[in-house]
Amino acid sequence: MSILAHQSTKLLVQGITGNEGLFHTQQMYQYKTNIVAGVSPGKGGEWVLDGKIPVFDSVKSAVEMTGADASVIFVPAKHCADAIFEAANANLPLVVCITEGVPVQDMMRVKRFLAQRSTRLIGPNCPGILTPGETKIGIIPGNITQPGNVGVISKSGTLTYEVLYALNQAGRGVSTCVGIGGDPVKGTGYVELLEMFEADAKTDQIVLIGEIGGNEEEAAAEYIARYMTKPVVAFIAGVTAPPGKRMGHAGAIIEGREGTAQEKIKTLESSGIRVAQHPEQIPTLLN
Amino acid sequence: MKLHEYQSKQIFARHGIPIPEGRIAGTSAEVKQIAEELGGQVVVKAQVLVGGRGKAGGIRLAKTAEEAQEFANLILASEIKGLPVRKVLVDEAVSIKQEFYVGITNDRIRQVPVLITSGAGGMEIEEVAQKNPEKILRTEIDPLLGLCDFQVRDAALGMDLPRPLWKNFTEIIQNLWKVYVTCDASLAEINPLVLNAENHLVALDAKVIIDDNALFRHADLADLRDMDAEEPAETEAHKFGVTFVKLDGNIGCLVNGAGLAMATMDILSLCGGKAANFLDIGGGASAEKVSASLKIILNDPKVSSILINIFGGITRCDEVSKGILAAVTEMKIDIPLVVRLVGTNQEQGLRLLQQTNFTAAETLYQAAQLAVEHAKESVS
Repeated sequence: MSILAHQSTKLLVQGITGNEGLFHTQQMYQYKTNIVAGVSPGKGGEWVLDGKIPVFDSVKSAVEMTGADASVIFVPAKHCADAIFEAANANLPLVVCITEGVPVQDMMRVKRFLAQRSTRLIGPNCPGILTPGETKIGIIPGNITQPGNVGVISKSGTLTYEVLYALNQAGRGVSTCVGIGGDPVKGTGYVELLEMFEADAKTDQIVLIGEIGGNEEEAAAEYIARYMTKPVVAFIAGVTAPPGKRMGHAGAIIEGREGTAQEKIKTLESSGIRVAQHPEQIPTLLN
Repeated sequence: MKLHEYQSKQIFARHGIPIPEGRIAGTSAEVKQIAEELGGQVVVKAQVLVGGRGKAGGIRLAKTAEEAQEFANLILASEIKGLPVRKVLVDEAVSIKQEFYVGITNDRIRQVPVLITSGAGGMEIEEVAQKNPEKILRTEIDPLLGLCDFQVRDAALGMDLPRPLWKNFTEIIQNLWKVYVTCDASLAEINPLVLNAENHLVALDAKVIIDDNALFRHADLADLRDMDAEEPAETEAHKFGVTFVKLDGNIGCLVNGAGLAMATMDILSLCGGKAANFLDIGGGASAEKVSASLKIILNDPKVSSILINIFGGITRCDEVSKGILAAVTEMKIDIPLVVRLVGTNQEQGLRLLQQTNFTAAETLYQAAQLAVEHAKESVS
């Protein structure tokens, strides 16, 4: 079955007429993602991709007309919280937010709002979801991986591609790859996805890619030790990162003694999880 | 983005949080004049963006205007933790009966704002948290509801604040919450909040940090950025939309993506080398951006080899190669360059680089090994 995104997923693109939105709509379309609609306030009635995809003024009208059941967001950071609220208000079950640089307080309000809703948010500041051979929601290059039995969860973008590529070189395919994003406050975390992969018949083992900052990897380690029967291999970036410096991602910062890669690796290993020293070593640690 | 104490206090004043009377000065003559106007007894406070100013001699209590001038001379000529002191804040001296800590910040784990209060004011709160965690009260705030008055009263009760002060305290904390929200702060802190001889609460110090992601809606605050506190190369990189962090190794790194850039640094260390920097050119970088980034790396005299690791998706390898060529031609460098290009337009990218003196690597690990070897050779 794979998780979250399937061949049957009917996707709408928020911010479809912007540069990024349009480019990646094209890329997703080529991957045979079932894109049913776009939303761009003020541009309702237009069409994109040579008349293949209709544009609506609002998420609500797009959902009513097309039956979309997932959304991907490419709108600029300043309109991002509003775009998520709009998608949740239209009761979309899945929203994937690619946008980078969303203010933290916006995300805290979004997070609290979503707690009372049925919408699952992935991201922001993430590359999205790829279910190889089925569908792609977001920007993960489709040609670097193939269908298989490894589930991938990651906070990062290109580092994830590096891992998918290394897996592919070693002949390993992927059930679903989910980028959860590198922001400190985000929609979905490791633990929820681990739970989904554990229940997914197509996934036999999981690769978890983490980085410095916060304690989500530690929480994931505890969850894995307690509840997971499927093997997990991890990689943590930032062993050589200096404290107090934000390493690109808003969430990638060592604060005081918290959030170091060393601490995360120690916790993961003591929970029985194999941790790779570099991305290309990951395939060799899989079963 | 960290704000200086005087900038933070200006924001506090605009939001109705009482602060001592004071003014900012750049010369000791100005300090003397301000001290005279404030009645002689003043505190001269170095304005630098690091903690521990007091211990470093950056905060001095002067009894007279002349003494204030002397202290200003010393402080303005000093450096605190490597940062030059360009300005001092001259505040009227306040008689202190009691000190408290109050701050509002992001609770990363619970993913909500949190009000932190303590009766142990004036000390580093991290220190209190370690030694006397029972003296700290944390109050989670619903970001949709805001801070409720009852929560503030609970906090007042928790730090044994005398009842007659509760109303005054609630006002101050609610105003601090307004600062946190309207400025998109990741920290709004008063340490210490003091009870003065007249039984009024006053914010003796102020610390505000603004969420960098939110600066687009705070143009006025963005202008307050203090370039002295930043590595010049980091500021330069920022102009080009590149994230750069200076490190102390000798292998320059140019990578697309933050996670991959960190992983690249780590592999260098695994292979026995040390990265000179973290550099993320972001997604879909143009040749100009790549070229500017490479120049920033080359400006570091310690750099003795360079590792370029690009995983092309939206980023095109040929565009990256064009940028490398432009920088190499302009700077006429002979530092060994190890390049690993994978993904979009990889062949075109590699072909473009055939005219330069670089080493191509297939895997990331191999690239790191080569960069480390080259760095050792150039040093010896």
